[in-house]
Amino acid sequence: MDPHLLRELEEFLGKHGVLSQPEDLLLYEYDGSVESARPQCIVFPRTAADVVRIVALANCHKIPIVGRGAGTGLSGGALARHGGIIVSFARMNQILEIDIENQRAVVQPGVVNSDLNLAVAAAGFHFAPDPSSQKACTIGGNVSENAGGPHTLAYGVTTNHVLGLEMVMPTGELVRIGRKSADEPGYDLCGLFVGSEGTLALVTEVTVKLTRLPEAVKTLLAIYDRVDGATETVVEITARGITPAACEMLDGWTLRAVEAWVHAGFPLDSAAVLLIEVDGLREAVEQHAEDISEVCRMHGAREVRVARDARERELLWKGRKNAFGAVGRLSPTYYVQDGVIPRTKLPQTLREIERIGKENGFEIGNIFHAGDGNLHPIILFDARDPKQFDRAVSTADAIIRYCIEMGGAITGEHGVGMEKDRLMPLLFSETDLALMRNVRDAFNPEGLLNPGKIFPTGKGCGEVRIRPMPQRGSGNSAASAGKDFA
Amino acid sequence: MPSRIADVVGAANGTNDPHELAAYEADGVRPSAAARPGAPEEAAELVKLAATEKLAVIPTGARTKLGIGMPPARYDLAIDTTRLDRVISYDPGDLTVSVEAGMPLAKLAAALAEHKQFLPLSVPFQERATVGGTLASGVDSPLRQAYGTARDFVLGMEFATGEGALAKSGGRVVKNVSGYDLHKLMLGAIGSLGIITRVNFKTFPMPATTRGWLAGFSSAEDASDFALRIRQSPLAPQTLEILGLRSPAILAAGHLLEKSEWAVAISAAGNGRVMERCAGDLETMARGAATFIALDEQERPALWQRIREFPARIAEESPGAALIRLSVLPTKVAEALRMLQGVAAENGLPGAALARGNGVIYFALLPAKDGAAELPRIAQCAKEIFAAVAKNNGSAMIPWCALKLKREINVWGAPCEDFPLMQRAKQAFDPHNIFAPGRFVGGL
Repeated sequence: MDPHLLRELEEFLGKHGVLSQPEDLLLYEYDGSVESARPQCIVFPRTAADVVRIVALANCHKIPIVGRGAGTGLSGGALARHGGIIVSFARMNQILEIDIENQRAVVQPGVVNSDLNLAVAAAGFHFAPDPSSQKACTIGGNVSENAGGPHTLAYGVTTNHVLGLEMVMPTGELVRIGRKSADEPGYDLCGLFVGSEGTLALVTEVTVKLTRLPEAVKTLLAIYDRVDGATETVVEITARGITPAACEMLDGWTLRAVEAWVHAGFPLDSAAVLLIEVDGLREAVEQHAEDISEVCRMHGAREVRVARDARERELLWKGRKNAFGAVGRLSPTYYVQDGVIPRTKLPQTLREIERIGKENGFEIGNIFHAGDGNLHPIILFDARDPKQFDRAVSTADAIIRYCIEMGGAITGEHGVGMEKDRLMPLLFSETDLALMRNVRDAFNPEGLLNPGKIFPTGKGCGEVRIRPMPQRGSGNSAASAGKDFA
Repeated sequence: MPSRIADVVGAANGTNDPHELAAYEADGVRPSAAARPGAPEEAAELVKLAATEKLAVIPTGARTKLGIGMPPARYDLAIDTTRLDRVISYDPGDLTVSVEAGMPLAKLAAALAEHKQFLPLSVPFQERATVGGTLASGVDSPLRQAYGTARDFVLGMEFATGEGALAKSGGRVVKNVSGYDLHKLMLGAIGSLGIITRVNFKTFPMPATTRGWLAGFSSAEDASDFALRIRQSPLAPQTLEILGLRSPAILAAGHLLEKSEWAVAISAAGNGRVMERCAGDLETMARGAATFIALDEQERPALWQRIREFPARIAEESPGAALIRLSVLPTKVAEALRMLQGVAAENGLPGAALARGNGVIYFALLPAKDGAAELPRIAQCAKEIFAAVAKNNGSAMIPWCALKLKREINVWGAPCEDFPLMQRAKQAFDPHNIFAPGRFVGGL
């Protein structure tokens, strides 16, 4: 790292605002993904003005910059793939305004998702996106990755809850887009920047919608002896037009791993459980819970339990939200995939995942947002064996290819990052990617902001050429293959 | 030039007949040709042709909202999407549908209704409007109270860019973060970035029962307070609208309200017990209202149809009127309504207000006849309203008004500080500036 640049950064960030010792850099080599990359330094701005100066210096020295929240991301979004400066928003963690009457909050990007929720809960509100990492992850990270979570089934993902952003552009300007009131004339730039995985701007302030906490909540646990029974239940709940607040599935392998640690009460001998939550008006919740129980039983649930109180409900959710931690006890390294399929294709897709696992010699656990067809197969492997790592990745790729064949997508909530850039051509044509690149270059012309993300690059920085795959299903005929529409 | 267009779409689907072209006029500017592509690829091919020949293009659907925006600086070719009217795939079990952009909303609604599903796009010109035109024009729906706007349920899109490339973003699944959400930029962009050719939607199950209520108030403040209380309650209504000044009369709700000048119209959906609960809670919250009535099953759908068509009715029946759309915070609605009432009265113009519970307000300035005599006063009002809203950190634009007013005032208001970013987006999608130049915000 250029000592001049370090000195320049320390000048306005202070000695404690810049990290560059090797042992410090090591800590920022990772996020929640299986990737790693070493930055040259980490800086901790406290104001948007600090961020403007950091970006100006990076431009001056032509060094990459990468924004980072809590580093819980699962696709390498916050890693400095080509080195450079990591801009940690950990110290920009103030809630600037809570406006309950208008159901809005304005926060700095480093505010932890749970902290915002705690701050507004007493008034009867919440910030709806609830990724499993919500106790650690930041709103800025949620915005960058367009984070989801179990309750996004009914409430929508981050982009549905963001109204405005203050951002520092890679070219150095501080700009505000959107505002507290809705429908500003002009292009919906917020819609573009949310979920752009930190490749278009560094976000320094976020204006979000707050959502009323439901008056009543019922949490059901449906227990199955057959995986198909659980997946068929999900298909039917969707088809009947019941939208639960959340509909999560854990297969037998995963629920046993979770139960051993969390003791949530998942029956060890079952093949799958569905964790279904309904919320809203008392009168609606009761009816929905009854309807859902009926569907569960019709599809062979051997038991449908209803959480009797908040403690039981929290225990069930603890089982779900700590599942990846539980898996971590079984294996030092595991690979969580994030594919999406139309919900009608759940039963055959789970069977196919099992087949792909067997073929490659892996047992694959499944814990996922069944209600919106967002799969999270977990592949355990030993990272010390490079062959196993490669095989885990190719197994995951085979699952993703199947998702796309079913009419799905390569990522539902984790992002493309540096994990799935090479898979983008499976979903998008050269034309689609060229336009997306044009858009990136329009805002990030030098490519200094978060380089090496989203877009496929080969080892020599050349394009990776994978032909788009034809999709089948959903009535889209094979005849339109090649020019098919995702 | 027509022969090359005919090469793409066939002779029967192109025209340069001035009489036919009159129907494609935008703010009095008539194109020199119109073409109706039969496939998205043909639409893209036409754009390529236009880019080569330096022809300015406006994509059209049912042509009900071509007057939105400023007059085009150039306009040579209308690309009429109405032949792109197919359902590409519909998976009722997955609650997703994929359609071509020229599909009429009414036809799509009928297809979805067979499976007891719907799209929450209850928009003006509903009987004629197309999917593409509805999305491109950015008109909103009273149902946004419960379902959000198109950005919340459009899953993916295909469009032809200014270089004639057929590109897509998003997908067909309900949850997806693969790549940039480019389609969000197309919403409300009035075709300035590209031609929408296909759209994937999330559909919604039709509620079992819907009911409606109307409460009358003597002031904008009381009406707005009631709407705010409902917003903060657990009731989660489907629609929540404040009507005031001339609106109750225009919406033929006056007889229901007796003498109240302001009213709040609410609809809610759910099972029988939910309906009972809503009725009881609303009645309690409406204490202090001059009137509170539950609408019967003739009145409710009829009133909501008129609320939906309010902007269309103003546009069609009062060609001299100006319809202004403001957006303020929900707690600022009463203040804004008061301001609007004051500005209109000072300038001697009758006004009609329709405010959504979320703070989006439609305000019509109604001249006596064609509005020629009142034009200076309408312009004055509009300027005062833009200034007042800006001071209050809200925004305003004029979706419908007489062409003459556009010579006095920019219907989009002054560009915001993010305008340079919009220019960059425009450059990425339409580098040759062939899409409707001059019509959108800041002349984009």
